Amino acid sequence: MSITITMPALSPTMTEGTLLKWLVKVGDKVEPGDILGEIETDKATIELEAADQGTVARLLVAEGTEGIAVNSPIAILLEEGEEKVPEEEIPATPSPQPSPAEGRGEQTPAVSEQLSAEKPKELEKAAPQIPSDVKTKQMTVREALRDAMAEEMRRDQRVFLMGEEVAEYQGAYKVSQGLLDEFGEDRVIDTPITEYGFAGLGVGAAFAGLKPIVEFMTFNFAMQAVDQIINSAAKTRYMSGGQMAASIVFRGPNGAAARVAAQHSQCYASWYAHCPGLKVVAPWSGADAKGLLKSAIRDPNPVIFLENEILYGQSFEVPTDPDFTLPIGAAKIERAGAHVTIAAFSLMVGVALEAAETLAGEGIDAEVINLRSLRPLDTAAIVESVKKTNRLVSVEEGWPFAGIGSELAAQMMEHAFDWLDAPVARVSGDDVPMPYAANLERLALPSAAGIVTAAKAVCYR
Amino acid sequence: MATRPQHTRGKKGRPKPARKGAAPELYKASKAQLIKFYREMLTIRRFEEKAGQMYGQGEIGGFCHLYIGQEAVVVGVQDCLLEGDSIITGYRDHGHMLAAGIDAGAVMAELTGRASGISSGKGGSMHMFSTRDGFYGGHGIVAAQVPIGTGIAFAHRYRRQDNICVTYFGDGAANQGQVFEAFNMARLWDLPVLYVVENNRYAMGTSVLRSTGSRELWKRGDSFKIPGKQVDGMNVLAVRAAAGAAIDQVRSGKGPYLLEMQTYRFRGHSMSDPALYRSKEEVQQMKAEHDPIGQVKKLLLDNKMATEDDLKEIGREVKAEITRAAEFAIASPEPEASELFSDVLVEVAS
Ligand SMILES: Cc1ncc(C[n+]2csc(CCOP(=O)(O)OP(=O)(O)O)c2C)c(N)n1
Ligand SMILES: [Mg+2]
Repeated sequence: MSITITMPALSPTMTEGTLLKWLVKVGDKVEPGDILGEIETDKATIELEAADQGTVARLLVAEGTEGIAVNSPIAILLEEGEEKVPEEEIPATPSPQPSPAEGRGEQTPAVSEQLSAEKPKELEKAAPQIPSDVKTKQMTVREALRDAMAEEMRRDQRVFLMGEEVAEYQGAYKVSQGLLDEFGEDRVIDTPITEYGFAGLGVGAAFAGLKPIVEFMTFNFAMQAVDQIINSAAKTRYMSGGQMAASIVFRGPNGAAARVAAQHSQCYASWYAHCPGLKVVAPWSGADAKGLLKSAIRDPNPVIFLENEILYGQSFEVPTDPDFTLPIGAAKIERAGAHVTIAAFSLMVGVALEAAETLAGEGIDAEVINLRSLRPLDTAAIVESVKKTNRLVSVEEGWPFAGIGSELAAQMMEHAFDWLDAPVARVSGDDVPMPYAANLERLALPSAAGIVTAAKAVCYR
Repeated sequence: MATRPQHTRGKKGRPKPARKGAAPELYKASKAQLIKFYREMLTIRRFEEKAGQMYGQGEIGGFCHLYIGQEAVVVGVQDCLLEGDSIITGYRDHGHMLAAGIDAGAVMAELTGRASGISSGKGGSMHMFSTRDGFYGGHGIVAAQVPIGTGIAFAHRYRRQDNICVTYFGDGAANQGQVFEAFNMARLWDLPVLYVVENNRYAMGTSVLRSTGSRELWKRGDSFKIPGKQVDGMNVLAVRAAAGAAIDQVRSGKGPYLLEMQTYRFRGHSMSDPALYRSKEEVQQMKAEHDPIGQVKKLLLDNKMATEDDLKEIGREVKAEITRAAEFAIASPEPEASELFSDVLVEVAS
């Protein structure tokens, strides 16, 4: 049997790649570990190593071929003793078009990147976000965050960025791409892996008048530093009678990525939202990301800025004006509707919009609110919406108990009781640590189908 | 004989490999032992290559950190352990598990997220455990295993057992505050713990040269009065010799010991790391001159302890074992949906 080498998936979200270069030719003998060629993914160029011993019999794709779907055949090896590849074993040359059904997309649980990457554009027509006279540019959330930091660093010398792999590596998720080049190593600083220490150091620098942006590689690792965030950053203005305070942003990806399991997939929104002395922001779109991060950096208070890894690669129209900001504490209606209000934040806004489309097909007109900020929470906007729809479904990735949804339910009892026609329904992640197995992970995360079910239930349908 | 890789500053601040220095202390292995080391290291290597390939095919998801290049460290240390001893490490854990004698199929099935995986498919690559084999994980949070390993040693001492806990961590992890808190208690209470820093020169993209001003990691216990030693971690005989001596001390009740294993990962940090922070020449040189498996192979052949054919035969057996593990891992069913809610807490009869 000959050995077929296929286009490898090199990150949890990769669906296609480019074959940049072959480093072997037909007839070469290879050993496990030998480098066969170079592959370019959306994030990086990576070497393709042989996993088996053999002789290169065929190279099925030419150098420079783009859009090769993950898992399609790219080369054939002969095993020791084999003379030539039997014709029936030669796979059809792969089509350069990526076929998501065969790729990783299928396996990526809950939200497929492709799906949600396309959705927003279409939906923006339904509820235009940005007045038409504002200049915008299509960019990814990753780029919007980078631009926000760059613009604020140009504007204010006190602003600097610090965290693991933010400088030379350009960010573990490439969010700080180019910042070291522009601002130098005094202002874009790689730290050792010492979250507790550098979060505390950031707070000290802020007390002394600087404006640090502290990046956590993911918010899971901010748990190492949570004492400095709460006990030092959040409480000092109060404890000092207003003398001393930290103008600091703690930012990084929050929530579930794909298949990284319990210690690396968790939503911290309700943890931080619980604490007085903090502001907590969770953007969804590119405009959210840029406008809110700029406001967070300018804010004189400590701000927890919860990003989402799956959103980094999604594209949106983003205003280009360097003075564009969004106020912290204001929610946004992403889709107007009359029958039920769906309140969500971060990645779940896209999922809620997807659910709203499905509901529309069944005659239910849903209003989708993008909370944007969790502390302060724009209770007034939700109450206004509920006065119209008389129903509320909350959506979050985090655990249900004492979650954001619990808070929304309590707020509605206090401020909208007379307008409610049904109890508030909560859609959330399941009440378990995140499992690794693909099928269990899919079950554990909230889905558009789950939102549809909840929305129908509160509409008594 | 291999010289130990050293971290001297080369051009552009990159670590410059190995100067010729004093020959390290080497363990005198019998033919049978040398063949055992060869087989065990090769098993880890082939397992990891297979895992890398299966990741590429989408059979394995999330993060997958391979141990290729570092095999001599676990194989050498594990050879010194006795029944009842414990080990604990971080997320780069597949090699530690295989060295501890855990079935390759159960590890591979965890990587594919199957019910037959060692963590029932719920933990994945970074979170695997097998207390039956004295393996306490598999921890995804950098350095969390250091106080935990110290606590396992505490339990050995508490029960008056003669056992020890080997606590592995990386050069990056060595900068976390909780490491020093653990060191202090380990000395204070003379706990039977061997700390093994696997210094592979990089924490993700950050070279040791850029993460600390105190680069002699083996001296990190100094202020706590924990003795330390630097070891050529690419040479299984150097590892075996140093670990043997250190473990004798720890087991005899003299308290903690710290070994810095100078090692190297041949692959990127995880599957999606293009490793642009180090030169191709550096990687090539480490592979060519310091490959732990290549070194043992050469010893076996040079000393006529084995022929090329003998080693090929071992290679075939190892390959067959890994193929079986991979087939098992792919054929096994996913966990039942009901498992989503199991093992969160244990029910208590009221
Ligand atoms: C507390 C914490 N911070 C950050 C991370 C992300 N992270 C995972 S591995 C790693 C590098 C660790 O390097 P090292 O300790 O040298 O071990 P190696 O990967 O080289 O084996 C980082 C930063 C994490 N898992 N936990
Ligand atoms: Mg390291």
